[in-house]
Amino acid sequence: MEAFGLLLHGFAVLLTWKTLLLMMVGLVLGIFVGVLPGLGGPNGVAILLPLTFTMDPTSAIVMLSCIYWGALFGGAITSILFNIPGEAWSVATTFDGYPMAQQGRAAEALTAAFTSSFIGSLVAVLLITFLAPMISSFALKFGPPEFFAVYLLTFCSFVGLGREAKHKTVISMSLGLLLAGVGMDTVSGQLRMTFGSAELLRGINFLVAVIGLFGISEILLTMEERLALRGHAAGISLRVVLSVWKDLPKYWMTLLRSSFIGCWLGITPGGAIAASFMGYNLAKRFSKDPESFGKGRIEGVFAPETAAHASGTSALLPMLALGIPGSGTAAILLGGLMVWGLNPGPLLFVEHKDFVWGLIASMYLGNVVGLVLVLTTVPIFASILRVPFAAVAPMIVVSCAIGAYAIQNAMFDIWLMLGFGVVGYVFKKISIPLAPFTLALVLGNRAEDAFRLSMIGSGGDMTVFWSNGLVGTITTLAIVLLFWPLIDRAFAGLTRLVRPARA
Amino acid sequence: MGQFAKITAAIAAILFSTPAFAWEPTKPVEIVVAAGAGGASDQMARMMQAAIQKNNLMKQPMVVSLKGGASGAEALMYMKSSQGDPNKVLIAYSLIYMLPLSAKIPFNWRDLTPVSVIALDQFVLWDNASGPKTVKDFIAAAKAASAPFKMGGTGSKREDNVLTVFMEQKTGAKFSYLPYKSGGEAATQLVGGHIESNVNNPSENLEVWRAGQVRALCVFDKERISYKTKVTDTQSWNDIPTCKEEGLDVQYLMLRAMFLPGKVTHEEQAFYVDLFQKVTQTPEYKDYMERQALKPIFLTGKDMIQFLEDDDKQNATLMNEAGFVAK
Repeated sequence: MEAFGLLLHGFAVLLTWKTLLLMMVGLVLGIFVGVLPGLGGPNGVAILLPLTFTMDPTSAIVMLSCIYWGALFGGAITSILFNIPGEAWSVATTFDGYPMAQQGRAAEALTAAFTSSFIGSLVAVLLITFLAPMISSFALKFGPPEFFAVYLLTFCSFVGLGREAKHKTVISMSLGLLLAGVGMDTVSGQLRMTFGSAELLRGINFLVAVIGLFGISEILLTMEERLALRGHAAGISLRVVLSVWKDLPKYWMTLLRSSFIGCWLGITPGGAIAASFMGYNLAKRFSKDPESFGKGRIEGVFAPETAAHASGTSALLPMLALGIPGSGTAAILLGGLMVWGLNPGPLLFVEHKDFVWGLIASMYLGNVVGLVLVLTTVPIFASILRVPFAAVAPMIVVSCAIGAYAIQNAMFDIWLMLGFGVVGYVFKKISIPLAPFTLALVLGNRAEDAFRLSMIGSGGDMTVFWSNGLVGTITTLAIVLLFWPLIDRAFAGLTRLVRPARA
Repeated sequence: MGQFAKITAAIAAILFSTPAFAWEPTKPVEIVVAAGAGGASDQMARMMQAAIQKNNLMKQPMVVSLKGGASGAEALMYMKSSQGDPNKVLIAYSLIYMLPLSAKIPFNWRDLTPVSVIALDQFVLWDNASGPKTVKDFIAAAKAASAPFKMGGTGSKREDNVLTVFMEQKTGAKFSYLPYKSGGEAATQLVGGHIESNVNNPSENLEVWRAGQVRALCVFDKERISYKTKVTDTQSWNDIPTCKEEGLDVQYLMLRAMFLPGKVTHEEQAFYVDLFQKVTQTPEYKDYMERQALKPIFLTGKDMIQFLEDDDKQNATLMNEAGFVAK
């Protein structure tokens, strides 16, 4: 078993005191940002990314991915104790988690959340372990048309499968694509939309945009709502943990279903948010007692948490093997890889074995260490929320500013970040989703280059996107997904037509 | 007593260490790279940083500062705006002539202070290991191809693109030039068979060449690369014929040179000329040159200016002929 040998090699790379220490630091930082309202996974990773620039890539990515695991765990704490989802994908966790806390079963809910996070991630990591070697040989088949088809698939699935209003997704995505065009155009070698400004030469860095869009805008919103942070005290005793674990086998179907949904949506770029809702909804649909959901049912915590974490973890696979991020945080990690000169893609698995398998091994270790850490430190992290918002908010803003500045050592980026903060605030007010905007900003340039290179290569012939089985399948799938809502309705219409005929 | 010894040592250091120069850096020196992380310029900067530190060539530390935005234009504008600051030194390559022409970047290398030319970069014509085996067959295949014959390279209207046009002029063959973000990407795409050839620098294709996935057809220089140590199982850099030997009379080299911002003093300039002269003597530098198959050279003062003027003229002519100059 090749994968197994490589994995052991990965553990060997990892098991040094320095790496283990970084892992712990990463996890604690991650839980910290996960607990703070307005921060969370993507923002936490974005802000802490420059801190890792001086490290070697393996240590850096191990630390970052641990921040990511930590944030995933931390997000659940606020959802359950305070009804504040630290992350968009923790929203579904609040449905039953917060009622449980109100009934004084907070410890039970937290244990359930952490345990299911662990199970979801573990299933996804197993998947990555055994799929990764196959993906690397497959990926050499990717030329410009194939790359464009995949980007198209990503964009189309956001439009077709997203829960938000279609036109709003398209607006958000178009704005992102527009801003992605600022700076030097690789294909023509010309500057675009820089208006003679030396600051705009660099283009708009998506990390700066992300910190503003998510971090700053969340602070603005919280200020406006005068959010009172009233928390429920929580302590976890071993007895509660064991009793929850004893009941686990009863919910094997829910856990399995959610893991599957999570992995599938993580690899195709549906994302953790969709996965958590889908996991929750399906658990409810298949339950014998759907009425009890939303009133503090432990299954309502298991289902979304497992799905969100399976998806968050498996999103790293397309990011590493193909350079396509399956989630917002994966997109930021992708930027990080490029900073270290590691080009995500097929050859990453060939050229940087140490790095890739070190990362995969760190997913196993990080999850185990994370579970223990989080179960023991809940009371401490919950106490952060007793610090007045007036004291926490400036600290968050300062850390955002440092993060934005450090990316390119440019003062201009801080102004840009603040600008994006306002944009993010407005977007949230008029409920335009931010994810398509970020996605377009990250992938816009690459999608454009891939399209234009395909056109140069084929002499302007559009059929190049159906020139072989691989690219043809992806392109067709993309178009199907784009029109999915219509197709879905057509199917529903058909079934309705067929049914009366039978009756 | 300890205090006294320290002071004596400090005075001694001041008196004897750098007797020839009135100036030396008082702050950490920033080495500005006009490319992204991991690229050839970045690697060169890190080599210099290591060479200077290990051989104690300078008291102040050296930090690498990546300014690869807008294909390196960011670094040029940064140097231009740092007039009079002797703590910044740029690793330049032919983008200093090309970017102002192709993208109308308001920059002229004559605004900076030249220090020294430290290396020349080679270009090699590569094709896939399953492609034509000689330059002659390769050109014939390009001429006979019905679909576009694809040549990959780094960026648009830059060295690789200019060289492709140069080859078209000499052979009459027609290539479709595909600009990628980096030489590494062009290498992967050649291995995957998505392009027929590329004109990567030796270092950019080194790994895939060693893996036997690509073939080196010829080197665009008057003479063969001098390094004779085996790189692949059967070949050394020296085994690659020149393009002229193979009947394709095209030569093209790219400079790698150090510049200070404009308006620095002669003493400041002299310090760096001496520093980089010493760097070229270090084992780190020599090792790096061989590993990357770079051509050794050291020019400074009048020789350097003459070289730059000639090189600028040649590049401008090529850019004009190719129609790459923005109006």
